[in-house]
Amino acid sequence: MAISSSPDSLPSVQELLEPSPGEILRKRMFGDWGLMIGGGVLLFIIVMAVIAPVLTWHDPLDQDLYNKYVPPIWHEKGTWDHPFGTDKFGRDYYARILFGARVSLMIGFTVMAISGVIGTAMGVAAGYFGGRVDMFVTYLINTRLAMPVILIALAVIALIGSSLEVVILVLGFLLWERFALVMRSSTQQVRNLDYVAAAEAAGCTTMRILMTEIMPNIMNNLIVVATLEVAHAVLLEAALSFLGLGVQPPDPSWGLMIAEGKTDMYFKPWVIAIPGIGLFAMLLAINLLGDGIRDVTAPENRN
Amino acid sequence: MLVTITVSVVTFTLLRLSGDPAAALAGEAATTEDIEYVRRHYGFDKPLPLQYWDWATRALQGDFGISVYLKEKPVSDIIIERAPVTMKLGFFAISFAILLGIPLGVLAAMRPNTLVDRVALTIAVFGQAMPSFFFGLTLIFILAVTYRILPSSGSTTLAHFIMPSIALGYYAMPAIMRLTRAGMMEVLASDYIRTARAKGLRTYVVLFKHALRNAIIPVVSLSAAQLGFMLGGSVVIESIFTINGLGRAALQSIFRSDFEVMQAIVLTISVFYIGFNLLADLLNAFLDPRIRVH
Repeated sequence: MAISSSPDSLPSVQELLEPSPGEILRKRMFGDWGLMIGGGVLLFIIVMAVIAPVLTWHDPLDQDLYNKYVPPIWHEKGTWDHPFGTDKFGRDYYARILFGARVSLMIGFTVMAISGVIGTAMGVAAGYFGGRVDMFVTYLINTRLAMPVILIALAVIALIGSSLEVVILVLGFLLWERFALVMRSSTQQVRNLDYVAAAEAAGCTTMRILMTEIMPNIMNNLIVVATLEVAHAVLLEAALSFLGLGVQPPDPSWGLMIAEGKTDMYFKPWVIAIPGIGLFAMLLAINLLGDGIRDVTAPENRN
Repeated sequence: MLVTITVSVVTFTLLRLSGDPAAALAGEAATTEDIEYVRRHYGFDKPLPLQYWDWATRALQGDFGISVYLKEKPVSDIIIERAPVTMKLGFFAISFAILLGIPLGVLAAMRPNTLVDRVALTIAVFGQAMPSFFFGLTLIFILAVTYRILPSSGSTTLAHFIMPSIALGYYAMPAIMRLTRAGMMEVLASDYIRTARAKGLRTYVVLFKHALRNAIIPVVSLSAAQLGFMLGGSVVIESIFTINGLGRAALQSIFRSDFEVMQAIVLTISVFYIGFNLLADLLNAFLDPRIRVH
């Protein structure tokens, strides 16, 4: 790698022939199956969700009681008008799946953003300052781990009343512990390196050291946790909606669609199979992407 | 200990602050006087710290109050009645996860980057992405409806626990498998394993007596934590398979605004979580004499 090239010495032929760090990274990225498939599928779902109104000719909330339980297209009685069939209210399943993906992704990313900010701030502070701050943060993490997330979320949402904002805020304030744990240990590793000591000796402010020395070096781990936490949030939203305290009817959510189809699944298995497989595919894609990013950026952390 | 107190304070405050319990209890048709009466009757008019103190001192004596919905029924009775069912479910579920996760992890670590390893990792990735409620319903559809081998709901016989345990336990399996694999790979590359092999010890003696015993220490802690999480996660599985455990009781109490029950269940689950972690520490001290010294 071309590390030794100072301004006055031209890089040698040998150095020019060697791949640059960027090339190595790109090569690893495209060589990683999980990353490519996961990223590809997730990108596909995101695009579908964003342009959902263009892709469907039905309103996800429109009921049509003359067309209840139309089977999906691969069934012999299926029609192209309803590619995924309709539910017990005659609502188009394809439209509900598309708009449900929007809800899932939006909740997933906003929850990740909120819990990410809380968890990273706590983890970095604990890892950098150590001592009492570390003890306090560790204690907060332990407390949070001892609290059953689903039950607390259900109880609080039931009391405040369910809406999209409430679900997002409650999950955001509950799911920060993995960020805090990972950021704490990453910061501890970086904290004792020479360049941090150099920055301290040079008289940089704590804020500047955190932002320009610590953060860039724990970014990889942060991105990996953030990706996996999106999956966690999507899964919990689906579970809450399934139990009846997440997204409220008639709004579409994959977890809610599975709950609504539960009673009909014996004779019309597709009513739970379609949203279920959708949810599974989305979570699989996010997990593959997260694992892939970790393998590519830090192969030594692979396990 | 401190953690338990904090959990109880946090739950208490959250449940009291996120809504007016008196209004919720009195119902929608209640007049202002009714709400006032309920408030005074249950002591909701006192300041919050005082309410907490009353509740905590009673809770320490095993008195968690009386269920508002199921009149006259002490909350502690509900807990004593429901907890064994959830414990049983959690125990079966974690056993399933361990019995599948550890052998898979050992196999994968023995032959890294071969077909066995790939299959194990694929199972792990798929397991992590499968929502438990969808998996549970799929199991019911296949095993109870199509083939009619297993009962779909209830908790009377052991057969009733098979599907719920699988549906609850498989989610913990990937983490256990990955940690076993990573630990085994590290241990297998160490000098003392080479020595053990060079001495001519049989493969299984090397693997189980020397390698696994060391690799399993972090797995014990992880399994304990996972078992603790399962008690909370059982709310979904218990509602699908209609099992009358703590999770279902919690969900019912939420829908009935039965706060005392809810509070007691959250506290019970956190106490169990902390208890399991302590147990894991003790088990590790037994497995690894080095820990005992510290």
